[in-house]
Amino acid sequence: MKALTGKKEMIKQLKEKIMTMEGFNTGADSRQLDFGLGPMNAAFPGGSFPMGTIHEFISPTEACAAAANGFLSGLLSTLMRRGGICLWISVGRKLFPSTLKFFGIEPHRVIFVDVRLRKDALWVMEQALKCHALAAVVAEIRDVNFAESRRLQLAVETSRVTGFLHRQHPLTQNTLACISRWKIRPLPSQTTGGLPGVGFPCLEVELEKIRNGRPGVWKLEWRNGAFKHLPAQRPAVSTHGLSKKERSYA
Amino acid sequence: MPKRYLYIWFRYLSTDRLSKVHPELQGKPFLLYASEHGRMVVKASSQPLVQEGMVPGMVVADVRAIFPSIEVFPDEPEAEEKLLNDIAEWCFLYSPTVTTDLPDGLILDISGCPHLWGGERPYLETITTRLHKGGYHVRLAIADTIGAAWAMARYGNSPIVEQGQQSDALFPLPPAALRLDSATLQRMEKLGFRQIGQLMSIPRTNLRRRFGNGLLLRLGQALGTERELLKPIQPTPVYEERLPCLEPIRTAKGIEIALQRLLEALCERLFREGKGMRTGTLKGYRIDGKTVQISIGTNRASRNAAHLFKLFELKIPEIEPALGIELFSLEATLVEEVSETQEALWAAGSHNQTAIAELLDNIAGKVGMQAIHRYLPQEHHWPEKSIKAINSLEGQPQTVWRTDRPRPLHLLPSPEPIDVMVPLPDYPPLHFRYRGETIRITRADGPERIEQEWWLQTGPPRDYYQVEDEHGARYWLFRLGLYGNGKTQWFIHGFFV
Repeated sequence: MKALTGKKEMIKQLKEKIMTMEGFNTGADSRQLDFGLGPMNAAFPGGSFPMGTIHEFISPTEACAAAANGFLSGLLSTLMRRGGICLWISVGRKLFPSTLKFFGIEPHRVIFVDVRLRKDALWVMEQALKCHALAAVVAEIRDVNFAESRRLQLAVETSRVTGFLHRQHPLTQNTLACISRWKIRPLPSQTTGGLPGVGFPCLEVELEKIRNGRPGVWKLEWRNGAFKHLPAQRPAVSTHGLSKKERSYA
Repeated sequence: MPKRYLYIWFRYLSTDRLSKVHPELQGKPFLLYASEHGRMVVKASSQPLVQEGMVPGMVVADVRAIFPSIEVFPDEPEAEEKLLNDIAEWCFLYSPTVTTDLPDGLILDISGCPHLWGGERPYLETITTRLHKGGYHVRLAIADTIGAAWAMARYGNSPIVEQGQQSDALFPLPPAALRLDSATLQRMEKLGFRQIGQLMSIPRTNLRRRFGNGLLLRLGQALGTERELLKPIQPTPVYEERLPCLEPIRTAKGIEIALQRLLEALCERLFREGKGMRTGTLKGYRIDGKTVQISIGTNRASRNAAHLFKLFELKIPEIEPALGIELFSLEATLVEEVSETQEALWAAGSHNQTAIAELLDNIAGKVGMQAIHRYLPQEHHWPEKSIKAINSLEGQPQTVWRTDRPRPLHLLPSPEPIDVMVPLPDYPPLHFRYRGETIRITRADGPERIEQEWWLQTGPPRDYYQVEDEHGARYWLFRLGLYGNGKTQWFIHGFFV
């Protein structure tokens, strides 16, 4: 029995060592932050959302891009909860700063860098990721190749800043040195008791790949400043069950 | 060493200034006025006018009666004062101690200076010629005392009073040359004193009884028996470091080393004086006689040599050393105070603002300052106006960020027109076409009417609808204009999460 616990302990230590070597943040602060993701945490290595690395988001359409930025803002609000400044780098930004407040972010604590060239955006992101004083860095860049993503990952490994790489309408979905790849799609919203109108934002979050974790698909709702999991066997929204008038305008 | 003073009297300072700004006024009659007690009074008139007898103090209407086509301009005493200060700084060329004598004179303490120009006469001629070339009418005088120099510049004939000769030189001048107030001067006129010499022969006690201590003081100052103190202007310090090279520098590495040395020296000086650099220029003097330069700017006054080096480093490739650079100079062209307490606060805060400011400097150096934005809320309903961009890192919101109305996370830079199918007026559309795609709407909220802010712009209101399509994508649409009241047009303005 004693030998068994010793072995378990050893395996645990070895696992942690491997994680550190692979560029995961196993520092104390990653465990203190609760992103409110609930059951999703089981998918992550170490059971908590990986910080101090780069996450990739892919959005093929405009609606998906807005949804991805929404999910990202939800994560960002946790990262910025302890005070701190976030850098938002983009080429052709559409984000409306005022709305970040809905996601629990003080919009004046976000510094936007609007560049014209993809090359400049990558340069700015690399510089920003080296700055340990930032809470997070978000970059909306369309295409990134593997070598570029590795540079970003190297920058992040020393500074432990969390980076989000949001790729809208990418030409190819090539492999990157990022820890994860997310795809966020909007879902039809639900109102209580089938009332007409638009409800809280609902998202389908697909974790397509994650290093040392388990990919999966979840359905989330952003309600009252936190993510809420939707029941899995939710009836799909169809117009059949609604009356004619509701079918028109819901 | 005996003291020597130079007085420069700018005979037509204000009109000279104006004719330098407007060259077409050169040599033409014009005047400057200011309103006093509801009248327009002449404050200064140009040289041709003065020769006609139009002196300051007259009423503009009287001058106009004589010269109907005269041009008049408002007087700007502040601009003249600034100009005088600028000329005073320029005069540091000739003497280390310069004082302005408002409104139109400069006093230079030239003790021990003229021999560098080969004597007092060449010295005087150099200054006169350079000021004449600059477009100023000046009269200069050198004397042992400030009072005598003042008197000789304004009333005397010979510009140089030899040492100890001031009482002879002042003898024939009118009492006005003693810098007295007008009441005393009037009384002297009444009593028949036309020359300073007449006053010199009267016992001091009698003079004091009649004219008070003021006259004795002025007389003593002019003759050199009373001391007069100057309040010299302080030259603006120049933050510059120079580095001559034994061998001409041609490599980037060499330039880097030179820059590092210069920065260390300059930052040490800035640190001692509690200052920080906002803009700086590095100049390289090449052996072919040309100069090359690079400039940087920072978001916050900085004296961190490593950080400033990083900013300059980005621009080093712009330097063309050609055959080599023999002299480097680094100048902090704009210097600001750095508050020590602030520095301590940043370091203690949870987020290190200095590090962020330095990062932003770095970014601004590469992609330009205009790329960096921060936003604060503004109290406007019109969505585009509800935020304002600011430049500083410190600005805090004056009002709250509003969350009581739904606003999309993605807002299009400008609304894009769409084709819609609407069943009834004031209803949200059933479907709309956007970029060649038909989108069917299943759910909708609204309308939220946003009127134009009439104090800023006029036009029809916008009726906003939050709509959701069958796939769950959420849009922000609006109708511009009212039904039954001219044309209406639908637009898409944003995407919700």
